[in-house]
Amino acid sequence: MTTPTAIEVNCATGEVIERPLTAEEITQREADAAAAATAQAEEDAKAAQDAVAKDALLTKLGITADEAKLLLA
Amino acid sequence: MATTFTKIASVSVGVLGSSTISFTSIPSTYTDLCLKVSARTDAAGIGDYLYMSLNGNTSNNSYKQLQGSGSAASSSGGSGATNNTGVSTADGATATASTFGNAEIYIPNYAGSNAKSASGDGVSENNATAARADLWAYLNSGTSAITSISLAPGNGINFVQYTTAVLYGIKNS
Repeated sequence: MTTPTAIEVNCATGEVIERPLTAEEITQREADAAAAATAQAEEDAKAAQDAVAKDALLTKLGITADEAKLLLA
Repeated sequence: MATTFTKIASVSVGVLGSSTISFTSIPSTYTDLCLKVSARTDAAGIGDYLYMSLNGNTSNNSYKQLQGSGSAASSSGGSGATNNTGVSTADGATATASTFGNAEIYIPNYAGSNAKSASGDGVSENNATAARADLWAYLNSGTSAITSISLAPGNGINFVQYTTAVLYGIKNS
């Protein structure tokens, strides 16, 4: 597997350096990616849960989504 | 109100991709900073986050996010348990080929001695029903002037080729 790289742009000199990530940086990237995946999964689950709850409420009220919009307009 | 908008530096990712994009030695001669990013990552899915760290801070980041997916709206927030915290949006690996997310990150008063806030807006580009539009509020409690900014993919490991980032400095007079 290719070692991940980092690009650093020095704003004072304009120099661009491309270097391999250190072991510590790789560990950090993996931790960040895991945390982001968890956050996205939680958001997706919440959105799905809300959609189900909305459909259930509309069914209970016996109205359509468009009719609910009219009520709230 | 910004009266000048000056490009400080820019970078485009090469064929090998890159896990992070960093701007270092940022001059303190401006009032605000603005990052414009066109990004695509290797994350599975149509969209990915852009994570940001300021001055290499490893904690003290927090965020609030509003997201529309094309079929639902959601919100989230939290503190950065790890090095970086989300601040905007990029395309993921399964978005329409050769498309890139659009992001803008604005950092006011970056050279001051108060905590550093930033706002981010971003969209993932995808020629399908599902796509993402996000608004972010970002806070880092560090009080030092910002001299370095690092961006990384949220879910992915690498930014892919042709991802670009441009850093601008803005003066208020």
